[in-house]
Amino acid sequence: MVLIETENLQKIYENDGVKTPALRGADLKIKEGEFVSIIGPSGSGKSTLMQILGCLDRPSGGKYFFEGKELNLYTDDELAKIRNEKIGFIFQAFNLLPRLSVLENIALPLVYKGISPKKRIDRAKEVIELVGLKDRTHYLASQLSGGQKQRVAIARALVNDPKIIFADEPTGNLDSKSGGAILQFLQELNNKGRTIVVVTHEAYVAEAGTRTLHIIDGNIHTDQKNENRKIISKDGFIK
Amino acid sequence: MRFFDLFSMAFSGIFVHKNRSILTVLGIVIGITSVTAVMSIGQSAENLVVGEIQRFGPSNVFVLPGRQPNGPTDVAGTLLNDSLKLKDFEDMQKKENIPEAQHVIPYVFGFVSSSFGSETYDAMMIGSTDYAQKNFDLSVQDGRFFDEVDVEQKDRAVVLGSKIKDELFGNAQAIGEKIKVKDQKFTVIGVLAPEGQGSFVDFNKAIIGPYTSVQQNILGAKYFNRIIVDAVSVDAVPGVIRDIKTLLRNNHNIDDPEKDDFFIQTQEDLADRIKTVTSILTVLLASVAAISLIVGGVGIMNIMLASVTERTKEIGLRKSLGATNNNILFQFLLEALFLTLTGGFFGIVFGALLTWGLTEVAQKFAGIILEFSLSTTGIILALFVSISIGIGFGLFPALKASRKNPVESLYYYD
Repeated sequence: MVLIETENLQKIYENDGVKTPALRGADLKIKEGEFVSIIGPSGSGKSTLMQILGCLDRPSGGKYFFEGKELNLYTDDELAKIRNEKIGFIFQAFNLLPRLSVLENIALPLVYKGISPKKRIDRAKEVIELVGLKDRTHYLASQLSGGQKQRVAIARALVNDPKIIFADEPTGNLDSKSGGAILQFLQELNNKGRTIVVVTHEAYVAEAGTRTLHIIDGNIHTDQKNENRKIISKDGFIK
Repeated sequence: MRFFDLFSMAFSGIFVHKNRSILTVLGIVIGITSVTAVMSIGQSAENLVVGEIQRFGPSNVFVLPGRQPNGPTDVAGTLLNDSLKLKDFEDMQKKENIPEAQHVIPYVFGFVSSSFGSETYDAMMIGSTDYAQKNFDLSVQDGRFFDEVDVEQKDRAVVLGSKIKDELFGNAQAIGEKIKVKDQKFTVIGVLAPEGQGSFVDFNKAIIGPYTSVQQNILGAKYFNRIIVDAVSVDAVPGVIRDIKTLLRNNHNIDDPEKDDFFIQTQEDLADRIKTVTSILTVLLASVAAISLIVGGVGIMNIMLASVTERTKEIGLRKSLGATNNNILFQFLLEALFLTLTGGFFGIVFGALLTWGLTEVAQKFAGIILEFSLSTTGIILALFVSISIGIGFGLFPALKASRKNPVESLYYYD
């Protein structure tokens, strides 16, 4: 089933009257269960594409269908609800709230969903176990290492059981061992049927996916299946 | 999102930045403290003054010479007027003229210099009848108050206020001694117990004697500064006023009430007038204090704006996790509201402490017995203002936060 579809997707940033096109008519389809890597040099528009696909921003032109419904038909609040319930984000800079505990960070999406505190804690504990940070439950986010922070971020992305996870350079701030562990985790999630979209500028990260979209100058240059997909072992991988 | 979560989110936002929060609310605390204290002290002062007036008894009717003053500059005219004569006083005492009067008390006064040995003191010399003691609720600490016989015989007998006694005699015995007033000798027959200050006469600094004697020996005049008519009851006051007017107009040959050479004040009039004055003063002072609240509010807005900028990334993250614009708006608005409410709460507490402290100081150092009271209006106003400031000055930063674009916020680098 097609989860995401775009037609001639465009995004133009305007700053002090200077128009900078970031997307120049991208067409793509992502089906449920895919692991798509979006790769391109910096400034190619890959992050812009992810932001629009992740319902964080609206396109300047073209159409974007999420679950078959055109994005512009959603109100801001409805987009917030989609981000909350159907999308999980993983960022390069982890973006945890440093003064909250690991548990509280992970439960944050559930807070906005209006889940009761007890259920929130139960659910957050489930996903903490999933990412193997049970012994860090009550640490402050600021007390964790980079790799641990990113695992907390993954747990947070999973807590609402989303249909799709967007990861923007998820290994960019990590050493290769921690980065490998994150990619391996994403592969495991994908194996269990979760749709994953990873944005990266590094080829070896892109190789973790089942399909790679090459973005150059705001256009999708190539769209190919990863024939020799790299399966990452538990020990991570060497660059 | 649950309201409780919003609540605790805003609350923790304040606690996370304890020092900043404390500094932010300081302006509000100071403002609310001043407003609460000013209004409470204003109320205490009003209670004191009104209480002092009312202790003469609400059934007292004051007859004053001259015309009703039309402004502050008119007062001198009334003091110099000599329209209340002995005949008026005598006629007022007659039951057939004012049937509902139970007592008529004459009242004359003048400022004099008194001395005993080498000690001198400037005092107010008051002449009245023996009933003055009861009417003004004066208690004699030593000796006795003058009586009917003293009045009858124009005795040079005086009762001293406690302050004068201290100044002239120190700890020595005053009863039986002769003091000099205007180079004439008067025998001290009694000393008053110390009085609370605040009534229009400070009896602590007064020398009281029979009006007959004071008129003849000191003032050299036959008129009265006041004649106080004590009605049998409060209900009888209007009737008494009517009778006094009829009598005096008759005695002074006045046909046109516009040309009255006397005027009448009741305790209620006086209390009302003083209440008006203290209210105006209170409002005035509270307005000045309120300016500090506005300054405090601007301080809150300033810090909230800085906080919104500082937390841009957090706002972006929260939005990416599903926070709606309203979630963000209320988070920041509630934070501002908590800050000002906390400030308001501490302001009220400090205001109460300050009021209490000032009443103690007034009592210790000035002898003014101010009853501690908290102005409910002041507290309600303080809370109302705190909430308004929180919403008013918190709204703009909160709106700014809620309208932030999630993408720009998420990728904001400071």
